[in-house]
Amino acid sequence: MPAPFILDRSSVTQVMAWVLAALLPGIAVYVWLFGPGILVTLSLATVTALVAEAAMLKARGYPAKPFLTDLSAIVTAWLLALSLPALAPWWLIVTGTLFAIVVAKHLYGGLGQNIFNPAMVGYAVLIVSFPLQMTQWPGPLSLTDAPLTLAQSASVIFGGDLPKAMLDAVTMATPLDALRTGLLQQLTVDEIMVQPIFGHYGGIGFEWLAGAFLLGGLLLWALRIISWQVPLAFLAGIWLAAGFLHFFDAGRFGAPWFHLFAPSVMLGAFFIATDPVSGSTTPRGRLIFGFGAGLLTIIIRTWGGYPDGVAFAILLMNLSVPLIDAWTQPRIYGGATRRGKAPPA
Amino acid sequence: MSRKLHTFKGGVHPPEHKAESNARPVHAAPLPKQLVIPLRQHIGNPAKPVVEVGQRVLKGQLIGAADGYISAAVHASSSGIVTAIGPAVVPHASGLPDDCIIIDTDGRDEWISLAPLDYRAMEPADLRMRLRDLGLAGLGGAVFPSAVKLDPGAAHHCPTLILNGAECEPWITCDDVLMRLHADDILQGVAIMRHLLGSTEILVGIEDNKPEALASMRFAAAKLDFAVEVVAVPTIYPAGGAKQMIEILTGQQVPSGKLSTDIGIQVFNIGTAHALARAVHHGEPLISRLVTVTGFVLRPQNVEALIGTPLHTLITLAGDREGSTGVLMGGPMMGMPMPDLAVPVVKATNCILVQSAELFPPLPKALPCIRCTRCADACPAELQPQELFRFAKAGDFGRAQEYHLFDCIECGCCSYVCPSHIPLVDFYRYAKSEIWAREKEKRAADLARERHEFRQFRLEREKQEKAEKLAAKAKAKRAELAAAPAAEGAPSEADAKKALIAAALARAQAKKAEAAPKNIDHLPPDTQREIEEIEARRAKIRELARQPLESEEKP
Repeated sequence: MPAPFILDRSSVTQVMAWVLAALLPGIAVYVWLFGPGILVTLSLATVTALVAEAAMLKARGYPAKPFLTDLSAIVTAWLLALSLPALAPWWLIVTGTLFAIVVAKHLYGGLGQNIFNPAMVGYAVLIVSFPLQMTQWPGPLSLTDAPLTLAQSASVIFGGDLPKAMLDAVTMATPLDALRTGLLQQLTVDEIMVQPIFGHYGGIGFEWLAGAFLLGGLLLWALRIISWQVPLAFLAGIWLAAGFLHFFDAGRFGAPWFHLFAPSVMLGAFFIATDPVSGSTTPRGRLIFGFGAGLLTIIIRTWGGYPDGVAFAILLMNLSVPLIDAWTQPRIYGGATRRGKAPPA
Repeated sequence: MSRKLHTFKGGVHPPEHKAESNARPVHAAPLPKQLVIPLRQHIGNPAKPVVEVGQRVLKGQLIGAADGYISAAVHASSSGIVTAIGPAVVPHASGLPDDCIIIDTDGRDEWISLAPLDYRAMEPADLRMRLRDLGLAGLGGAVFPSAVKLDPGAAHHCPTLILNGAECEPWITCDDVLMRLHADDILQGVAIMRHLLGSTEILVGIEDNKPEALASMRFAAAKLDFAVEVVAVPTIYPAGGAKQMIEILTGQQVPSGKLSTDIGIQVFNIGTAHALARAVHHGEPLISRLVTVTGFVLRPQNVEALIGTPLHTLITLAGDREGSTGVLMGGPMMGMPMPDLAVPVVKATNCILVQSAELFPPLPKALPCIRCTRCADACPAELQPQELFRFAKAGDFGRAQEYHLFDCIECGCCSYVCPSHIPLVDFYRYAKSEIWAREKEKRAADLARERHEFRQFRLEREKQEKAEKLAAKAKAKRAELAAAPAAEGAPSEADAKKALIAAALARAQAKKAEAAPKNIDHLPPDTQREIEEIEARRAKIRELARQPLESEEKP
């Protein structure tokens, strides 16, 4: 064995475990404000991901234990589950998770090889294929008369044949959906924002969820598991793009704070765009990557066909990573740049 | 005396493990029965043996002379009889044997007569040659011949002289102990360095986890008649890397591809300064050094060991234990595993680290790279190790070079922090050696092509010259024959031509017989086979060389 002969105690498992731990505040707030349905979704996605991971490892001839215990499949499952409506039917969750693990992860070469974030690929496939089912978001409990219990949530997810009236009573358009629909009806932003779903910055409940994801993200940053460049640039991209449009025409474009305090943005900025495998690896590259993802999110939200654009924005930036990395190689010790030329003294 | 310190990017904080070995008194290692002294202990040309088998040598006697400018001599570490000169196992990563001089000691430890050098009175160039002949080389690990580094070159002086006492590798304490015990000698050596380099600023960098060494060096420095600034630098691996030490103390970076002397800075290990003082003030060649023997032994300690002492002698002295899993020469970050405990202590041996499963648990199996860039954060050369790994693994060595593979100092920080436990440094070493091998091959191929082209040109030219000469000769002969027709009937034109050809053939045959080598009659079969192989290759090349010529001849 060659040097070095010692290692610090870090491991992939440890990195992934911290990511999962950092998601816990968000999950807790989710349960508190939107009911326990998300727990069913998370469990289903986790089981599906582990089974798919084990099957793919076996098919590819890899040892199951080191890769199953690295927890990366569970991270993918949780990120996807948290991006999906918590009352989506079971087959939607299973399909998305399977696509994420089997196609986006393993068919691209497995851990460390996927050029796209698997959870976002799963999400994109679902929203393109099943847009209707992707709207079954539980409304904030404060706006719901009869919140579903855990068992009822499970029966909604697995049974699917709940009376439409009952489902309508617990699901609700998200603030982004509401904004989009309102704008399509030629309402101004101010007129839309009087609806009960809107809170101080984002939607009622949604802004707290965003805050909880932000908290978890700051934990990951404090632990140096993620860099500061990607989330900061992502949020800056959202804020500047939304702010510019809002300043330009406040009636037709939502306020930057509204865009910023969406759970998908905080989840995207701190947990998904920071995925090391599919993201940029250079300091300047990360700024470009994050900023580009933020910018694209607003562009897609504003002019695209879908209410939210985080997933597509991140996938598009994933696509640009090799170019970004090649162009942003940092200066090394002693001043040589990538082409081997020292900068002028 | 407080100096503004700078930081270098990256670095790691592995557990230090210094206390195990730096508190015990220093012992001299027992005189071994046999000394194995490698001829190649330094960077540059190996020394050339100047003794013969069976010859008695005295302690300190020159046994291998420096060969060329970048080289250093080797000496007998004790008195005894030279019993062999040839390959023996040496401490090298390859595990391959290398030429050594083996001395059976006689136990008398009898010195040659030593003469101190009056370095102030000597010509600097002469002094440097003496130092080379006294075997002086850097004791910090790179073992670069000190005489070369003490040459300020065209600049005539090197303004800043840095003494490196960082000793940043875990477990190793020989520099720490040397500074505690021999600060005055070290600074004597520094005075000589200052004299040769004409330095005006002298800095000693010592990691702040060595307060005793710092105090000892400061106390000794205060007694000098020139200023030496002893600086406590933060403990972070690899602060003892020359480039890192330069950046910490001066804030400057050595430009990529250049030497520190290009920015007026020279760096020496403190052990080298000590050896230099011994060499100049006592005339002593470099035949011993301090070695830390630590890890899984009963009494971890520092030992004054003769060069050539087998490692097991030192491990026995420190108390070997049942259940060791291996022995490293050097520290855990950059050291190399020893294939055999009979390998000798060499000038580069700063530490013998005995491993156990508990102290050095087997490294976990590597997982794929997840591009987390912890390696990039830890890299003191500010490289992108994850990209270098990707290129090295894919065999894309050109890209690896473009991403500055050769600026990697192989400090091991990247491997140390890698959560996927990838032996990254190993991949870089592999890529470097592949690139070197390819460049060597390419150079050889270029040379062969040039030679071939020149040969073609030469053959063509010779042929032309020959043809011209022959034509002239034939004309002369014809004229001669025509001038003497009287003899036995005039020979026809054709006969004259035939005679010419026969004469030429006879000449050619005689020449061939003369040219045939005559000393290959009684060769051993392998040499014979080698010659045959070479001949076969030559014949092939001749064949190849002939073809285009023949085709050209056809009208």
